[in-house]
Amino acid sequence: MYSALVLAPFFCVLLLNMFFRGVMKKLAFGLALLLSLTQIVFAIFPQTYNWAKFTYIFSNFFKFDFVADNISRVLLLCIGIVLSVTVILARGMIKEEERRFNFINLLLIVLAGLNGVVLVKDIFSLYVFLEIAGVGSFILIAFDKDMLAFEGAFKYIALSAVASIMILISIALLLLFSGGTSFSQINVALKYSAYGPLVMVAMGAFLCGIFIKSGLMPFHGWLPDAYSAAPAPVSVLLAGVVTKTVGVYALIRIAISVFGLYQPVQNALMLIGAFSIIFAALAALGQSDFKRMLSFSSISQVGYIILGFGCGTTLGIAGALFHLFNHAIFKSLLFVNAATVESQTGTRDMEKLGGLTARMPVTGLTSVLASLSTAGIPPLAGFWSKLIIIIALWLSGNYIYAVIAVLGSVLTLAYFLSLQRNVFFGKLREGFSSIKEGPLYFTIPAVLLAVITVGVGIAFPYILNTFILPVSNIFGG
Amino acid sequence: MQLNIFIMIVLVIASIWTVMTRSLLRAGIGLALVSVILAIVMFRLNSPLAAVFELSVCAGLISVLFVSVISLTQPYSQQEIADRMKSMFTRFKYLPIIVVIVGLVMFFMKFRPDLTLPVPQAEGDVRNILWNFRQIDLIGQVIILLCGVFAVVVLFKEIRKNAR
Repeated sequence: MYSALVLAPFFCVLLLNMFFRGVMKKLAFGLALLLSLTQIVFAIFPQTYNWAKFTYIFSNFFKFDFVADNISRVLLLCIGIVLSVTVILARGMIKEEERRFNFINLLLIVLAGLNGVVLVKDIFSLYVFLEIAGVGSFILIAFDKDMLAFEGAFKYIALSAVASIMILISIALLLLFSGGTSFSQINVALKYSAYGPLVMVAMGAFLCGIFIKSGLMPFHGWLPDAYSAAPAPVSVLLAGVVTKTVGVYALIRIAISVFGLYQPVQNALMLIGAFSIIFAALAALGQSDFKRMLSFSSISQVGYIILGFGCGTTLGIAGALFHLFNHAIFKSLLFVNAATVESQTGTRDMEKLGGLTARMPVTGLTSVLASLSTAGIPPLAGFWSKLIIIIALWLSGNYIYAVIAVLGSVLTLAYFLSLQRNVFFGKLREGFSSIKEGPLYFTIPAVLLAVITVGVGIAFPYILNTFILPVSNIFGG
Repeated sequence: MQLNIFIMIVLVIASIWTVMTRSLLRAGIGLALVSVILAIVMFRLNSPLAAVFELSVCAGLISVLFVSVISLTQPYSQQEIADRMKSMFTRFKYLPIIVVIVGLVMFFMKFRPDLTLPVPQAEGDVRNILWNFRQIDLIGQVIILLCGVFAVVVLFKEIRKNAR
């Protein structure tokens, strides 16, 4: 049944490009939105009987060995939500039909890649789908074909190629060692091996590759350029789900299903996580470009996810997953806000902006909510996930890391307050008096994402019992 | 085994040349050359199907794609070509000496390559494995190819229009 999540976008691309292209160009937006909304419903209600009815055609022809546990479902949900926002933004922002059609085709390819990464249980297939998502993203970043976009895309390609080579070397070593590429086969071989030098090299290479892909410090060279130079819908997609799926999720999946939560791996994860939290937050403080600041903020928040996961307890893993979901939502929201500001004022330079809330109340309000949630202010969603991570770190005896997490939160609040003060609060700058609130394709996604952020925060006790604690039950998933 | 090592060395040299050369077209041709050498290695390691894929897709299809894209870009002026050639000759002036030294070393180490090709395995097995066990990877490859097509459409179509 899960094979439909990879095959449906693929067949949609084929369908859109084979016959009646004139009609298909008009249908592309609807089809992409329908696919992403279906994915959201599927991720929330995976057990419903009717899904099998729709997808039996796929399962008859293709015998894919896909599995989805609770972590996969969280990711499928994030991908669905962020992709629908991206599709809506693209519908409004890309005016030419031909370009929009190509854009949506590429989005569907990236969707197939991301869903594949989430669902596979074979390390080589994981690599193949990482590449699909990666290659699709390179093209999407360079979509506007300006110099900065090419530079961002090139940096991403170059570093991603290094990451891919490391991952391939690791896969080759693991294949030599275990005689197979499925997660379970490698896991069993590792259990009886006592972690020799070959395995350590394979693990190290894999982890470094994945750190580059998730843009963690000090492997983050490509990320700020790629995020800030990409077209607005692509920034939302990249910050919302691409780096989380190809980086963080792949890391979590490999650490749990292949390597096992082995102490040196945990230590490496926590160290890199804590380093990213503090240094990316300090770097964010010094930025004057709206999207660049958000990029550094993303690195810092991904640090929290890695730190929570690295502590290895079920509570820590649940907190990491919850923060992953929250971050996908509020960072997408902030990038939507950045896109609105840029499209209405023509600049992203925060030195030139000011007092925009008076003219753009929806954007101003939603960005305050997202910023506060990122900084971990109660009762917004970000507060609860950070709280769980900090409690998990404290309970597992990692007191220093817990303190670093709290300090990072203070730094986050500092740079977001500076952002709010420079862009939205204060006196309206000269020349901006005729500015209006962004069109509906900006405000609708922004309001929906803000509602999710506030709703998840307020309904936390319910969500804790129904979603978060079951998520941590991954070993039985 | 010795021949394999020799081919690997040639492979490394060809890849270094591909990366270091300043002409895009030569880099494209170098890539094709690397793919051909890699295909030979694959043939020798009893993977005829992988070698055929490498030859057809990497050496064939991708090279055609690269060369066609490079042909859309602006060439150098005559003066620039002359300057490049000059700088290239100065850069590679030690190459013949290095080749002679490597040849002498190999001669004194009694390097005698074994030139017999191994008998390829039954191909049915590989196809069987590809379709029955690696079906998902095959679909993944098709999606990546599709993605490449969109890359060319999205990034180069307008340039082609302008060139006309």
